[in-house]
Amino acid sequence: MANEADQGGPEKIDVRYVANLARLYLDDSEVETFQGQLEGIVEHVKQIGELDLAGIEPTSHARPVQNVLREDVVRAGLGHELVMDNAPKEKNGQFAVPQIIE
Amino acid sequence: MGIEVSSLTVHGALDALSGGECSSEELVRGVIAEIAKRDADVGAYVSVDEDGALEQARLADAARSAGKGGRLLGVPIAIKDVLNVEGQPCSCGSKILEGYTSPYDATAIAKLRAEGAVFLGRVNMDEFAMGSTTQNSAHKVTRNPWNLDCVPGGSSGGSAAAVAAGEAIASLGTDTGGSVRQPASFCGCVGLKPSYGRISRYGLVAFASSLDQIGPITKNVRDAALLCEVMSGVDVMDSSSLDEPIPSLATDLPTDLSGVRLGLPKEYFVDGMDDDVRRGVMAAVEQCRELGAEIKEVSLPHTKYAVSTYYIIATAEASANLARFDGVRYGQRAEGATDPIDMYGKSRAQGFGAEVKRRIILGTYVLSSGYYDAYYLSAQKVRTLIRQDFEKAFADCDALLAPVTPGPAYRIGESMDDPLRMYLDDICTVTANLAGICGLSVPCGMTDSGLPVGLQILGPAFKEENILRVGHAYECARGPFGSAQGNAFGSASVVAKGL
Repeated sequence: MANEADQGGPEKIDVRYVANLARLYLDDSEVETFQGQLEGIVEHVKQIGELDLAGIEPTSHARPVQNVLREDVVRAGLGHELVMDNAPKEKNGQFAVPQIIE
Repeated sequence: MGIEVSSLTVHGALDALSGGECSSEELVRGVIAEIAKRDADVGAYVSVDEDGALEQARLADAARSAGKGGRLLGVPIAIKDVLNVEGQPCSCGSKILEGYTSPYDATAIAKLRAEGAVFLGRVNMDEFAMGSTTQNSAHKVTRNPWNLDCVPGGSSGGSAAAVAAGEAIASLGTDTGGSVRQPASFCGCVGLKPSYGRISRYGLVAFASSLDQIGPITKNVRDAALLCEVMSGVDVMDSSSLDEPIPSLATDLPTDLSGVRLGLPKEYFVDGMDDDVRRGVMAAVEQCRELGAEIKEVSLPHTKYAVSTYYIIATAEASANLARFDGVRYGQRAEGATDPIDMYGKSRAQGFGAEVKRRIILGTYVLSSGYYDAYYLSAQKVRTLIRQDFEKAFADCDALLAPVTPGPAYRIGESMDDPLRMYLDDICTVTANLAGICGLSVPCGMTDSGLPVGLQILGPAFKEENILRVGHAYECARGPFGSAQGNAFGSASVVAKGL
C-alpha cells in the first residue's frame, strides 16, 4: 500500500499564497522562478509515497529524549541594554513596531 | 618570526607554543599575514578581528608565562559566521542580520575560549547554511584555493577555504546535511560532523534543529578529534545535547586497523559518480584493508529516499526557525510599513536571498494544512527507516566507508538555476544527519584536473572514536596530503595546482 504522498499527477503550488503564510512578500519574477523550481522539487520528493509506511513510528529527533529538566534556580539573563542594542527601533526601552490597534 | 603558519596544524601550533618557538601573538600575526596575502583571491573571511585577536593572544601568552594551561592555549581559530561570539558580528551570510552584534558566546565557543583558543575572524557561508557552494552568501563569492574557478563547497565554504589556503590553522563549521564534510572534501581538509547531541547547539543560529551539529575543519584527524573533544558535553542551554561520556579522542589513536570491521554501502557508489572520485575512494578502501581492516559490502536500502526526506524535514524546520527574523527585535527592518504584518513581509523580502526564500516556501508548503501528513509526517517515518538501515549495518560493522560527494568541486556559477540538481548531490551526506550518527571526511586523492577527493567514514552515534581511529590510521598510511599553497600539511610532497 502506498502512502498519502503518492497521490499522482503534478501538483500546482500557489506560491504567493504559501509565501504569505510565511510572511514573505515576493515580486512577480520571483513567483515565476520559484513556481517551476518548487514544483520540480515537490514532484521529486513525492517519491517517498512509494513506501509502505504503515506501522512505522515517525522520528522527530534522531536521539529521542524526553522531559529534560533542570534545577529551578534563578539565573541571570542577557541584560536589558545588551538585548536592546540590536533592536532596529526602540522607544522607552522597548521594541517599537508600527501601530497594531487603532 | 621563524615559524611557517600556512601549513601549521593545531597540534603543531601547540608544540611550537609550549616549546617556546613562537608566541601566540606571533602566531596570530602570522595568520593575519597569510590572510593579507591570499584572501583577496580566496575570499574566505567576512571579517577579521585583528585587535581583538591580538589582545586574546597576549592574554594567552601571559597565561602561559604564568604557568597556566589550556588545551588550546593561544591557538587562533576561524569561526563560521553562524556561531555567536560575544561582541562580534554574526550575519549568517545574510543581509537580514547586517549590523547584528552577538550579545553572548555559543556554548561551543565558550568551551574553546575556556581552553585558551583565540577567535581571529569570521568566515563566509551560504546564507543561513543553505547551500553547498557558498555562492548563496550575501557578502561575496568564496573560491576554492585549489582552483579559483571552482567553489569551495558549502555551506561551510569559508571555513574549508580558509584552512586549505593556509589562512587558518583550523576552523569551525556546521553540518545540517553535509555542510562540514562536503566543503572539507572539496578543499582537501579534514571535516568532522559529530553525533547529534554531542556538542551543544546553544548559540548556533538554527537552520534545522533536529539535524544541525557544529564540527571542526582541520588539516589532520587528530586536530579534529581535539576540537571535538573540547566542545563536547551536555549543556542545560540545549535540551537535545546528551550526557554521554567524552572519550579522549585526540590521544590513543592507533595506526593500524586490525580487527576493525568496515562496511561499504553499495548505494553510495551511485550511477554517474565521477571516475576519479570512485578511484580515490576505492584506493583508500584498499589501504584500510592493508592496515588490517575487514571490508564487507553492506546495504542501506532506503538511501534513495534520503534526499527527499531530508529536504522535507530540513525545510520544514527552517521555515519555523527563520520565522524569528521579522525585523522586530534584531536584524534589518524595512522602512515604510503600514502595519506589523506588512513590516514582516517587506523586511523578509528585502533581507533574505533566493535560496532561503525557496526553502522557507517549500518548508511552509510541506507543513501546511492538507499536506502535513503526506509530506512532513511521511518524511519523519522514512527517517525512521533510514535510521534503522544504519542500526542494522552497524550491528556488524564498526564504521562505513563511502564517498563524500559523487563528484569534485563545481565550477563557480554551475547549476545555480537548478536547485533540485544541487540537492541530489547531497545523497551521501544527508543520511548521517537524518540518523544522528557521526561522520568524517578525510582527503583521499586528487582528480586528474587537480581537485581534492574526500573519503567519508561514518560511525554509530556517539562512537566518534571509531571513525577517528579509521581516519587517523588511513591518514598515517596515506602520508602527507598536498596543500593548495604547494606545501603539504606536515611535510613537503605533493605540489598542487591552484594559487
